[in-house]
Amino acid sequence: MHPTFHRSANTVARLSIYGAVFVLAGLAWVAVTVGRSSYVTEAGIARRQPVPFSHKHHVSDDGIDCRYCHATVETSAFAGMPSTATCMNCHSQIWSDSPVLEPVRASYRTGEPLRWTRVHNLPGFVYFDHSIHVNKGVGCSTCHGRVDQMPLTYQVASLQMEWCVECHQNPAAYVRPREQVFDMSWRTDRQDEQGAQLVKDYKIKDTHTLTSCSTCHR
Amino acid sequence: MATEETRDLSSEALARPPVIGPGYNFTSITDKISAIVLRRKTSRGWLAGFGVSFAIVSLLLYAVGRLLVLGIGIWGVEIPVAWGFAIANFVWWIGIGHAGTLISAILLLLHQKWRTSINRFAEAMTLFAVMCAGLFPLLHMGRPWFFYWLLPYPNTMTLWPQFRSPLVWDVFAVFTYFTVSLVFWYIGLIPDLATLRDRAKSKFAWFVYGVLSMGWRGGSRHWRRYDAVYLLLAGLATPLVVSVHTVVSFDFAVSILPGWHSTIFPPYFVAGAIYSGFAMVITLAVPIRAVYGLEDFITMRHLENMAKIMLATCLMVTYSYLSEIFFAWYSGDRVEQYMEANRMIGPYAFMFWLLVACNIVIPQALWFQRVRRSVPLLFVISIVVNVGMWTERYVIVVTSLHRDFMPSSWGMYSGTWWDYATLFGTIGLFLFLFFLFIRFLPAISMAEMRELVPEAKVQEAEG
Repeated sequence: MHPTFHRSANTVARLSIYGAVFVLAGLAWVAVTVGRSSYVTEAGIARRQPVPFSHKHHVSDDGIDCRYCHATVETSAFAGMPSTATCMNCHSQIWSDSPVLEPVRASYRTGEPLRWTRVHNLPGFVYFDHSIHVNKGVGCSTCHGRVDQMPLTYQVASLQMEWCVECHQNPAAYVRPREQVFDMSWRTDRQDEQGAQLVKDYKIKDTHTLTSCSTCHR
Repeated sequence: MATEETRDLSSEALARPPVIGPGYNFTSITDKISAIVLRRKTSRGWLAGFGVSFAIVSLLLYAVGRLLVLGIGIWGVEIPVAWGFAIANFVWWIGIGHAGTLISAILLLLHQKWRTSINRFAEAMTLFAVMCAGLFPLLHMGRPWFFYWLLPYPNTMTLWPQFRSPLVWDVFAVFTYFTVSLVFWYIGLIPDLATLRDRAKSKFAWFVYGVLSMGWRGGSRHWRRYDAVYLLLAGLATPLVVSVHTVVSFDFAVSILPGWHSTIFPPYFVAGAIYSGFAMVITLAVPIRAVYGLEDFITMRHLENMAKIMLATCLMVTYSYLSEIFFAWYSGDRVEQYMEANRMIGPYAFMFWLLVACNIVIPQALWFQRVRRSVPLLFVISIVVNVGMWTERYVIVVTSLHRDFMPSSWGMYSGTWWDYATLFGTIGLFLFLFFLFIRFLPAISMAEMRELVPEAKVQEAEG
């Protein structure tokens, strides 16, 4: 009786069994990596806006405070977007006939608000409140990165749940003194001792409460 | 092993009818079983059955497609009865699978020779039943495309499944069950696949069976390893006979609902699973042996033994029903007592009494040898038990949910057309897979059957 398959079939069979392990592990790695990539999260990608607004210019060059435009960040869930009138406080005087700013002037003339593209778009099933974070010592740059160095605005964090939970599990590693919340360049070498003290002083709740489902999904 | 089998033969041959008809040798057994796959022309009956079951599978696909597009609102489930058909069907199907594992693993370890001719298709039955069962919890999730959330994997939410929930244990139990059953079944098939390879006429069949048989040559080294692996897998599969349905029963027993929160549930469910499983094996065995003329292989002794197991598990299940009623009364708990009374005389009383008739009363006929040896009667009783066991799950799921502690949250439940279509559809899927199995794989293990004929013993005795 002649053999069914060529001798090499043995090697091919062994290789395919052995290789299957690596192929499966590789596929799992790809799935996990793609799921966290900026292709999915859109982190690091500058959005197209009606006016190419530069945070770098307004914050770093002009020294405007975050709260000048995002006025309700300390008191409400939404940080607040400035009305066109806020822009025109300055731009009725400077760059007042720049073609780049024509949409701003048009909005001022017609009363039709500018339609900015949202950069940080949390899903609807997440309850998020800016004021509580700001008042408990979470700095702007902790979540938004160095906005003062962004010519065009992009999201720094993944906004995935693991990113939120990282801080909710251990806020001591991230909180800063309230006075420093709006300081874009704030850094410290003493986070280890300071963080725990701030968590105590600001009465930040325990990890169990902070990571309970209904804290964010209400 | 050799002496044991010779002893087996001499003592058993006198005491009981044999497990294989007279006059067979190695060649005739192999010829007869492999002919179903290789030589016989595809019969009209097979084509008709295959066509009908395929039509029912199409209905299932349509019902599932509709469900995916419109959501589970097309089913009858609503608060308070949020489980309904899907969970009853799940428990029913997964229970049916248990007979296959019991036959292939436990009876193998207990050296019950009569398992040999029925184990292959009983294992196939297990696989197909678990496939049908697995569909229901997935579809019932509402968003089946997120099924992988049930598994612990490094996700972007830093979340684990809730390990304290029996629903998660269920995922592991069913997944393990399917994997072990599949491996066991496949390993058992390898020598037979090699036989088919060696006897194949067409180049294509020769190639496919050749790949599937993984280079099996039937050498003594092969057989030694094969026997070791097969026993090892049987040992692995044995606890599954008990554990899987125990975990399924936890889905109910761990909750605090009246009628569910009960310690008798695990043994009660396991007995019920084996009961319905053997009923299904008989339901399948009767037509197979008649159509393919396998009366010499699946003998009356097989059918009678299975009938006896059915009777035994029937009594266990009956005992559980009675103890449920007794403990409802004995607990002094008004809610528990009401639940029992509501089952018997409430709006679902018909289903309860149907279950009593199908699962307790009618199978008592199996006490009589005349009934156990009548193929048509056995077939009818096996169908009755299958119906009864589905009814039992329906009663458990619905009666406890529809009236619990608070009368203000009571409600009624009934399946919609699509509920029935999905249940009926999975029966079609089961039959469809079974028709394919019978046509393309040996439904009876040739290698193991060959060990039963006198030829095998004589050689061993001489050697």
